[in-house]
Amino acid sequence: MSKSGPLSSSIARKMAMALSAFFLMFFLLQHLTINMTSVIDGDTFNDLSQFMGTNFLVQYILQPVLLLGVVFHFVIGFVLELKNRSARDVRYVKYKGAASATWMSRNMILTGLVILAFMGLHFYDFWIPELKTKFIDGDWSGMVAGEEGYRYLTELKHKFENPVRVGIYVVSFILLGLHLAHGFNSAFQSMGANNKYTKGLKKFGIAFSVLIPLGFIFIALFHHFNH
Amino acid sequence: MKLTLKVWRQKSANDKGKIETYPIDNISEHMSFLEMMDVLNEQLITEGKIPVSFDHDCREGICGMCSMHINGEPHGPDRGVATCQLHMRKFKDGDTIYIEPFRAKGFPIIKDLVVDRSAFDRIQHAGGFVSVNTSGNTQDANALPIPKADADTAFDSATCIGCGACVAACKNASAMLFVSAKVSQFSLLPQGKVEAKRRVLHMVEQMDKEGFGNCTNTGACEVECPKGISLENIARMNREYLKASVSSSK
Repeated sequence: MSKSGPLSSSIARKMAMALSAFFLMFFLLQHLTINMTSVIDGDTFNDLSQFMGTNFLVQYILQPVLLLGVVFHFVIGFVLELKNRSARDVRYVKYKGAASATWMSRNMILTGLVILAFMGLHFYDFWIPELKTKFIDGDWSGMVAGEEGYRYLTELKHKFENPVRVGIYVVSFILLGLHLAHGFNSAFQSMGANNKYTKGLKKFGIAFSVLIPLGFIFIALFHHFNH
Repeated sequence: MKLTLKVWRQKSANDKGKIETYPIDNISEHMSFLEMMDVLNEQLITEGKIPVSFDHDCREGICGMCSMHINGEPHGPDRGVATCQLHMRKFKDGDTIYIEPFRAKGFPIIKDLVVDRSAFDRIQHAGGFVSVNTSGNTQDANALPIPKADADTAFDSATCIGCGACVAACKNASAMLFVSAKVSQFSLLPQGKVEAKRRVLHMVEQMDKEGFGNCTNTGACEVECPKGISLENIARMNREYLKASVSSSK
């Protein structure tokens, strides 16, 4: 690669973006799978949440790696956006972007920023309270004093009581879908995969970008209307 | 046809530049866009004004010299043609047409609609060639067996005329489609494989030095390219680059 660092070349940055995207898309699939159990069987959801919340490998290896992956994806996304803006210092008076490229492909930074804002809310709702309970209060039991069973499903249902929060979640997931609609296949193209499988992969990418957000929306609405 | 032209006028590279409005009449729908520009310039000269500077050469769609951004798209609303092959029948009587230069930091404006595309030449000089011994003992190229599919794909890549529409269309002003076509046309053939690693590393390095943006796979370049250069070329260049990066000793 380039003499001044592995990410100083435009193709290396593309590939780094694609690799972090693959990692995050796999995480989304795993997150949805676990969350879906909250609809199917509450006990399974509680058991899985307790496992994920207390397992050493998940807590101290996978969780930091995930956080790094998220930060890396956003930081390199911003770097790309800034570099790309500076590559055209004087804008066109008339520019018909929609004539040759989809809205999704032209607005990845916008959908990405909405997802970033959503993650702030999501962390505030679930991740920060979990950190407080475990690392400040020192409570790793997953229980609430005086009650039976794990607390995770109860907390989840409680969060989705508020219609405003559910509305924000739904809108954010729609934008996540739009982000994935371009991002999924773009990541494969960046890694050099453009061959006889591309047509099929594009269809799979569209299905992925619809089904993953739809699954999260279903879970949020299910708990909102069944609390 | 009666038209209103909104043309970017800029006296020199350092001038700020602005859009000027020119009404124009008696335009035949059979005229090419460049012929319409010739009519405009004759009108401006008659009025004692400075004609609009614009690039053109063969006017047959093969030299890649014409470079106008017309109504928000490089080479205008038609597909698979350069500005010289765009005809006025693509417009309607009474239309307002915006005419701007290709805009990118890598393509600085020289005057009006003329931009400096020598960045493409420097990228080519960095590796877009095959070193052949021309001492008189050169092997006949036809003596090398090449699968037809490879020859056809290499030829498709080689049809890139280097006009810069890919850069002009891309929201990031990325030159990836041009560079990838030039990398592909050699890397697919046995003559080009010898210098393949050096070529892709040097050409990408030069492309980045010229200030072009990063590709985000919007595909606008492929749609606007007058020669239909495919995004497959960019994927191939990415593969070549990855292979060269992990195996190159430099």
